[in-house]
Amino acid sequence: MRDELGRPFTVLTLSLAQPCLMSEPFPERSHHDLGGLPAGPIPQGEHDYALWEKRVDALMVLLTKPDQELMTVDQLRKGIESLPPDAYDRMSYYERWIYSITQALQHNGVITTTELGQKLEELQRRPASSGEPT
Amino acid sequence: MSPRFEVGASVRVRNVSPPGHLRTPFYIRGCQGVVERICGPYRNPEELAYGNRQADRVPLYRVRFAQHHIWPDYYGPEQDTVDVELYEFWLEPTSENAHAA
Repeated sequence: MRDELGRPFTVLTLSLAQPCLMSEPFPERSHHDLGGLPAGPIPQGEHDYALWEKRVDALMVLLTKPDQELMTVDQLRKGIESLPPDAYDRMSYYERWIYSITQALQHNGVITTTELGQKLEELQRRPASSGEPT
Repeated sequence: MSPRFEVGASVRVRNVSPPGHLRTPFYIRGCQGVVERICGPYRNPEELAYGNRQADRVPLYRVRFAQHHIWPDYYGPEQDTVDVELYEFWLEPTSENAHAA
């Protein structure tokens, strides 16, 4: 339904005597769904990936192996789409991936938040390094 | 689940946007196209996204659309098309296609 200005809105009737208007209707186009929107020129060059980015990609390959699937590529996509718009815009491609992988693995019970916290504490105690393999 | 539409069938993409994981891009919702091929049955990605590994397999189609139907200001050649892969539950028959099963 649309209001007098043509803005879409949703009427929830439920068991209420009066219909309840949502002040913020669900957006018809999700923030990540960019097809057809104005965009600048597409960079044609190759990207230079950091080691951690290659590791995130490799991690996703291992997590979605058919014989021991720990998450699905669809869960990866859903997690990325669930990011708040400002975070989606700010984060790089593989930052969005690792955010979504972390959420999916916790949802699927592969890792717990406590384990993740313990590992992060352990990493913070390590001397700073370049992240390159030694 | 046998495919509901044959190659060449005229179909319209459902124009709905429920909050969830949608595998049909916004720009193609509500548009009319023609089935170019049947890609095969795949587990429903809109349910896989929520962790349902046993989601039903549903037919996936490649549907061809005329660019100038999709974009009112399209300035390319008249015969330009775009193919979009769409799951069967996103498609409905058009009136030009009354024989659809």
